[in-house]
Amino acid sequence: MIQDYFEIAFKNLKHRGIRSWLTLLGIFIGVMAVVALISLGSGLKLAVASQFGLSSTELISVQAGGLNFGPPGSYVANPLTTKDFDAIKRINSVKQAIKRNMRSGKLEYNNKVVFGYSASVPDGNDRKFLYDQLDLTLLQGRMLKDGDLGKVVVGYNFYADKVGLDKSVTVGKKVLINNKSFEVIGVVDKRGSFIYDNLVLMNEKDMQDLFAYGDVVDIIAVLPRDKTNLDKTKTDIETVLRDRRNVKVGKEDFKVSTPESSLAQINKILNGVQIFIAIVASISILIGAIGIINTMTTSVLERRREIGIMKAIGATNSQIFFQFFIEASLLGLIGGFIGAFFGTLIGLAGTAGINTWIGASIKPSISFALIFFSLLGSFLLGGIAGIVPALDAAKQNPVEAIR
Amino acid sequence: MVKKGEDSIVIELRNVERHYHMGDNIVRAVDGISIKVKQGEFIAIMGPSGSGKSTAMNLVGSLDSPTHGHIFLDGEDVSRLEESDLAQVRGRKIGFIFQSFNLIPNLTAKENIMLPMMFQGLEIEEREKVAEDLLKLVNLEDRMNHYPGELSGGQRQRVAIARALSNNPDVILADEPTGNLDTKTGEIVLEFLDKLNKEGKTIIMVTHDPNLAQKHAQIVYWLKDGKVEKITRKKK
Repeated sequence: MIQDYFEIAFKNLKHRGIRSWLTLLGIFIGVMAVVALISLGSGLKLAVASQFGLSSTELISVQAGGLNFGPPGSYVANPLTTKDFDAIKRINSVKQAIKRNMRSGKLEYNNKVVFGYSASVPDGNDRKFLYDQLDLTLLQGRMLKDGDLGKVVVGYNFYADKVGLDKSVTVGKKVLINNKSFEVIGVVDKRGSFIYDNLVLMNEKDMQDLFAYGDVVDIIAVLPRDKTNLDKTKTDIETVLRDRRNVKVGKEDFKVSTPESSLAQINKILNGVQIFIAIVASISILIGAIGIINTMTTSVLERRREIGIMKAIGATNSQIFFQFFIEASLLGLIGGFIGAFFGTLIGLAGTAGINTWIGASIKPSISFALIFFSLLGSFLLGGIAGIVPALDAAKQNPVEAIR
Repeated sequence: MVKKGEDSIVIELRNVERHYHMGDNIVRAVDGISIKVKQGEFIAIMGPSGSGKSTAMNLVGSLDSPTHGHIFLDGEDVSRLEESDLAQVRGRKIGFIFQSFNLIPNLTAKENIMLPMMFQGLEIEEREKVAEDLLKLVNLEDRMNHYPGELSGGQRQRVAIARALSNNPDVILADEPTGNLDTKTGEIVLEFLDKLNKEGKTIIMVTHDPNLAQKHAQIVYWLKDGKVEKITRKKK
């Protein structure tokens, strides 16, 4: 019997006009957004977290600019200086601190120009410390040493031809950075993070010559004395910087972030995005449900005669109810199916896009359960939307309907 | 329950009235009629438009419930049954043939015939077999998978007859069965009804055409202003 309802419902849907299908747009968009969001979302989180190099759980970073989401080196009103750096170094709970500068510039090779980031590498002890922290493996050549001038180490994506130069950059080649020639002496192996894979490393003196940032420091990385109490060191740094820069609590023009707080901040942004998409999806689904109510109500009116005939030849009220109820459920299911299909496509394409763009290798989190529950959900939604029209259909008087 | 036999009464209307409200007025569409239909009879309900014959047909077919009076189907009083319960009863006992065929446009000929059996909860295999047999009976086995829109009027009415027979009801209720057909096609349909009657089916035909009524029916109820004006019987 149930199977018969489905068969007849299918036949009825097949004969429907384009108008009925347009009402599915809401459910389609809603389910698509949900499926795309979930299949992309957790991957995205993972990716962003790894992109910001948050694998290190012991370093505290200090940047100027307070609430500023731009990358290091972006313009800030009151930048950190080498004096700030020296003050931080003197703090008791700080074991070691290094200052770094990251600047965007243009790189020319193979007659192509790309824009990217150059990052400075400090001399002496700090160099060793940075290398330890970055934990880079070389694919080719060697790392920079003290006194290396006119030499750079490039990220994996330059070698893998993923930055748009149309030619692999290898050791021994010359590249122009901001019109100055540099020799590539090393290529870093793939890290799966665009910060590392797209980076150009050069010694501090070359950076200073190239970008002339004076005593400005873009980012200070701090290793606390007590690795189990990062917050203490963080508070100390904040106190010193507030004093030096003469700002009140809550009005800081700098930001001290521990790995946890950075991760929390990224998650906050991503959660915001997810909540926004979830709201859009909910509204779409609500509109979709209203669409189904509308199209089913119209359908009941259009098919009053048909309902009358079915009743005349023996259909009970509940049989009529189920016929329309299942038709509405199927409408929902079809909307959900198309939505899940395109949502999955967006998930796959989006992940592939992110992967090629930043050279990562995230997997989309598409699961059988996700598809199953989105289909079940849209089926039920259609059914719920169909209850009132189906009751209306069941109530039709056969005499009135046939007349 | 009355035992079925030649003389058993399948449908009885006893002093039935059906009133409608039209604004402040009460329209007595059927105003106290009594009809007895015996097993195997071919009766006609005759009358001009406005005579109450459509209302009478709805009552006879238990599509509608009377305001006053009683309707018995196989000896069971159905006048106070709920509309939904009535549906089951009429689906089993009465086959309908309508003037405008009233086939479901989205279903094929065969599926239309299967529909009443589905409402009675028959298994699909049985439904298909009965539908195919009935299509052979009305000489439409080659139109089995055609939709109503692809059939001629006469073919559609034959599908409707097959549908009316699908639950093997005792009574066939035909409302102006030839009203939308040309004379020749109408004849074929009426011959079918005659044939079914000879095989033992009770036929109730509603018509406004006195010639048709008198030619085919054994008993004709002449309706006027919601009352039975006269009853004529065909001499054998």
